[in-house]
Amino acid sequence: MALTGLFLSLFLVIHLLGNFQLLLPEEQAKEQYNLYSNLLSNNPIIKLIAYVLYATILLHTIDAINLTIKAKKANGLSYVKDNRNRASKWYARQMMLLGTVVFAFLVIHFKDFWYPYKFGELPMDDNGNKDLYTLVMISFQELWYVILYAVAILGLGFHLLHGFFSAFRSLGVYHPKYNRIIKSVGVAFAVSMSIGYLIIPFYIYFNF
Amino acid sequence: MKIHLKIWRQKNQHTKGEMQDYTLTEVDEEMSFLEMLDMLNLELAKKGECPVEFDHDCREGICGQCGVMINGIAHGPLKNTTTCQLHMRSFKDGDTIYIEPFKVKSFPVIRDLKVDRSGLDEIIAAGGYVSVNTGQAPEANSILVSHEEAESAFDAAACIGCGACVATCKNASAALFTGAKIAQFARLPQGKKESAERTLSMVERMEELSFGHCTNTEACQVECPQDISVLTIAEMIYEYNKAKLKK
Repeated sequence: MALTGLFLSLFLVIHLLGNFQLLLPEEQAKEQYNLYSNLLSNNPIIKLIAYVLYATILLHTIDAINLTIKAKKANGLSYVKDNRNRASKWYARQMMLLGTVVFAFLVIHFKDFWYPYKFGELPMDDNGNKDLYTLVMISFQELWYVILYAVAILGLGFHLLHGFFSAFRSLGVYHPKYNRIIKSVGVAFAVSMSIGYLIIPFYIYFNF
Repeated sequence: MKIHLKIWRQKNQHTKGEMQDYTLTEVDEEMSFLEMLDMLNLELAKKGECPVEFDHDCREGICGQCGVMINGIAHGPLKNTTTCQLHMRSFKDGDTIYIEPFKVKSFPVIRDLKVDRSGLDEIIAAGGYVSVNTGQAPEANSILVSHEEAESAFDAAACIGCGACVATCKNASAALFTGAKIAQFARLPQGKKESAERTLSMVERMEELSFGHCTNTEACQVECPQDISVLTIAEMIYEYNKAKLKK
């Protein structure tokens, strides 16, 4: 769970950096983003990493389902009065729910961008690259779609808020000093990823 | 003080339990929570009814025997306090108090509020000890232990094995208990020698028993009467990984 989670977190950084190209001036963004997408989808190393990524998503999901089943089995009858929630943060207890939100979002995200790019018919831009840029721009013209993204990214943000430090804990980092540092880095990471990923749909919605 | 009680009554492991209502009118706020239950049991005995069974022993907060869910919180509203150290001054006149046993698969209810926590004993039996040669007492200064090391080992050893961590955890995990028991030995030179075998067998025993998996919600430390640090869980994982690599 920890290793797959951290690998996926690393992917989040790379994916965000790549997508920041969407914020460039229109002409430059279109040319650069389509070229970047073309390079990624045709590079054999990236292809290999992509397969590792798909496998990681699956492993992370299977692990999460296993943990949930194990917890369900380990818990007895429910309490008539249950105030156990006072002892922990809601997002720490709801990792499965937040993960499900992220997973549902991933299905939509893959269907809307990954599938058309890989298997669909996309028009070409002036440089002969598939025009993913225009598809992205059109998609984010719809307010409901932007809101859907915002909800999913907030879900991801809270998932990271617990997941990042929890991963290191699960790997056995027990020194109090490093734990304090990791917790702070985790908060900074969750907040910066959320803001970073939220900027893109809102920027496109309000500027195009 | 007048106190309304809703208490889980269950004949044995195989019967269904249910909440029953009781009212006490002469509760003194200086009474401990268990003394209040004693008072109830005295009244029930006078009426010829079956008293409420609950675990207790030292009533000084150090044995780990008492432990019930009070208003849905292990050991009640005070943080880092055992049930026996909770006093009725923490409640108000006319309050309704819900009292339930720890409802965890690995702690089957024996009767009423009494649960079988022998799962924790099984984890200890798997390796929670240090092997020593019997004979004359060894020279006290032959193994030097710094004050800091001794204190940190004692912080982990303060665990009284009450099971509140398991009851509080949403996953019903015994990671804090096992972590504390592993850390208390791993932090001392006497315990380091067998650390690898101990960690492997205790963790594996914990996994075999029907406890859940830790997901680091950190709720256990909040409700732990001894405030055992959640970092002992990470230390257990570190020791476990180290032992696995060495094997």
